Amino acid sequence: MASRAIRGGLLLGVLLSAYPPIRLSAQEPVDRGVRIGIVYRPGVRPGLVVLAAGPAVDSIRAIIARDLDYSDRFEPITLPAGDSIRLASSDEPAPRAAGGGRATRPGRPAGLNYPLYQALGADFAVEIRALGDSTVVALHDVAAAGVRRALRTRLPPPTEPGFRQAVHRLSDQLVQAALGAPGVAATRILFVRDGKVHEIDQDGADMRLVSSSDRQAMSPSWAPDGRRFAYMEFHAGRGQLFVHDLAGGTRRPVATTGQALDFTPSFSPDGRTLAFSRATEEGTDIYTINVRDNCCLQRLTVGRFSDNLSPTYSPDGRRIAFVSTRPGLAQLYVMAADGTEQQMLAAVDWGVTGASNAPEWSPDGQSVIFHRDVAGTLQVFVLDVRARVVKQLTSVGRNEDPTWAPDSRHVAFVSDRTGYRQLWIIDMETGRIRPLLQQSGARLPSWSPRLPEVAATNPQPGRGNER
Amino acid sequence: MRRALQILAIGSMVALAGACGGGPPPETGAAPNADAIAAAERARQDSLMAAQAEAERMAREEAERVRRQREADSLAALARGGDVVRNMLAAMVNFDFDRSEIRPGDAATLDQKVSILQANPDLRIRISGHCDERGSDEYNLALGNRRATSAKQYLVSHGIDASRIETQSFGEERPMAMGHDEDSWAQNRRAEFEIVSGGDMLRQR
Repeated sequence: MASRAIRGGLLLGVLLSAYPPIRLSAQEPVDRGVRIGIVYRPGVRPGLVVLAAGPAVDSIRAIIARDLDYSDRFEPITLPAGDSIRLASSDEPAPRAAGGGRATRPGRPAGLNYPLYQALGADFAVEIRALGDSTVVALHDVAAAGVRRALRTRLPPPTEPGFRQAVHRLSDQLVQAALGAPGVAATRILFVRDGKVHEIDQDGADMRLVSSSDRQAMSPSWAPDGRRFAYMEFHAGRGQLFVHDLAGGTRRPVATTGQALDFTPSFSPDGRTLAFSRATEEGTDIYTINVRDNCCLQRLTVGRFSDNLSPTYSPDGRRIAFVSTRPGLAQLYVMAADGTEQQMLAAVDWGVTGASNAPEWSPDGQSVIFHRDVAGTLQVFVLDVRARVVKQLTSVGRNEDPTWAPDSRHVAFVSDRTGYRQLWIIDMETGRIRPLLQQSGARLPSWSPRLPEVAATNPQPGRGNER
Repeated sequence: MRRALQILAIGSMVALAGACGGGPPPETGAAPNADAIAAAERARQDSLMAAQAEAERMAREEAERVRRQREADSLAALARGGDVVRNMLAAMVNFDFDRSEIRPGDAATLDQKVSILQANPDLRIRISGHCDERGSDEYNLALGNRRATSAKQYLVSHGIDASRIETQSFGEERPMAMGHDEDSWAQNRRAEFEIVSGGDMLRQR
């Protein structure tokens, strides 16, 4: 390790003299030396540099750089001149790589100055170029001194609504190409503010109102296809469930709901069934209904003296985690999807922690995230389903209503840690926390699955051509 | 009244005549006229009776006035009574944190509602359960439902037909006090009562 760092430092010195057009300030080698030491520690994230050729692709570069930063899977490297370092915007060959020798043709990513970026601690370099009306994004493997993947796509104009999602999708493909696991940049988060359902990109941009009535809404919840969501609306003292179609902006009431107080809808992984809570004078119990045919109500729990609510399906669709007050205090339970085999899911630390609520099963099936009353306020916890062990994730302020990103490592939740309730995102691997929204009053978030491509964005020309 | 004055006038004239008799003897020179004495006596009796009649008449008038006043007072009282009954019916009950049991101190509040519902058989009410902001947003819908149901159960167990009472829950969505302290929370943990129908002429037993 140490020798590699030293070699990097030496190499950097050599390169500085060999390539005068790229200017580095005098203290840079010291900083980078420290940086390199971090990069090669085992288990630490690979270094990444994002380069744009010309101001035409600056907005794309900004979105991709932020997406890759927010993926929490890379160590972003900021070049000495800040974000302004660009590749030559012409199609002239870039400086040749040490072992490169690759022929450079227009439209095909050229080799980069790999030894330089390696010396800076980069394991990957993302190069963004405009080519005619297309955009070419190349992922360079710095150590291998070559392009690992080049994506050529025709993006919608930045003024069009599909633009940001299309760029997010490029980011996700880059993460996939670099690490073998797709990112979560092309996702959106639903939440309730002022009694209405809103939606926002995972990077905090592009917030819009999606619910279409003046009645108070609660508990939006994505369908697994990413095209619909279910939510509850107060209606004359009752709670009615709707399935809202995002593309058409239309909604359909869910059969039999609205006669009682129906709430906390949750889709099964195949998207056919909606599980929900129904409060009547008998108490609150969990029901399912077939939302494809809008029929066939089934009752899964019979509480009598306890309430059962907030169902969430396991990703294989075979089990449902839920909240039950049968121990006297709301706690996590689990049952088979047909309502049989009901049992306690998370061990209770009696007297130390209180009621547990708002569970959501992780997309990888291994964990259930929820919030629990600790010392009179709420904190986010995660349960390892197999080991049945819980771990507290938050401690500052009140933290509640967590929801999983499709990568099963990021979680959005509501927190008042800065004085008012807003949405935050935590990365479970690194513990990094960032605000999603700067406005107060946001609550009940639901993180989408990876979103399908909208028909408006044209993915056809040369998309995703791989080397 | 005029008659009474006439009687008094005659009486005084008779008395004057009598007094005159005490002076120089009348030319008749006879003893005091027996007829005159009898007349004076009659007049005296008449005036006494007249005074008595007058007193009785005034007493009757006073009684009538009081009766009328009482009638007016009681009509107002009746109208006020409707508001009192309405307020009794609307009186909220509160709950402990994360609990739905009726607190012993609230039993009297609910007992009043029982008697109002019994005295007004056409009256139908709706109970809504509410929570403070400390609990979980979605769980509070279930808790509010339990609070409304718990208040209803009390009324039903005291003889009120269950079909006359609807319940609903708003969780923590409709706070009464907007503060973020125990005082506000305590006010917000409540069941509210409202009239659905039959509340125009409320009676109290």
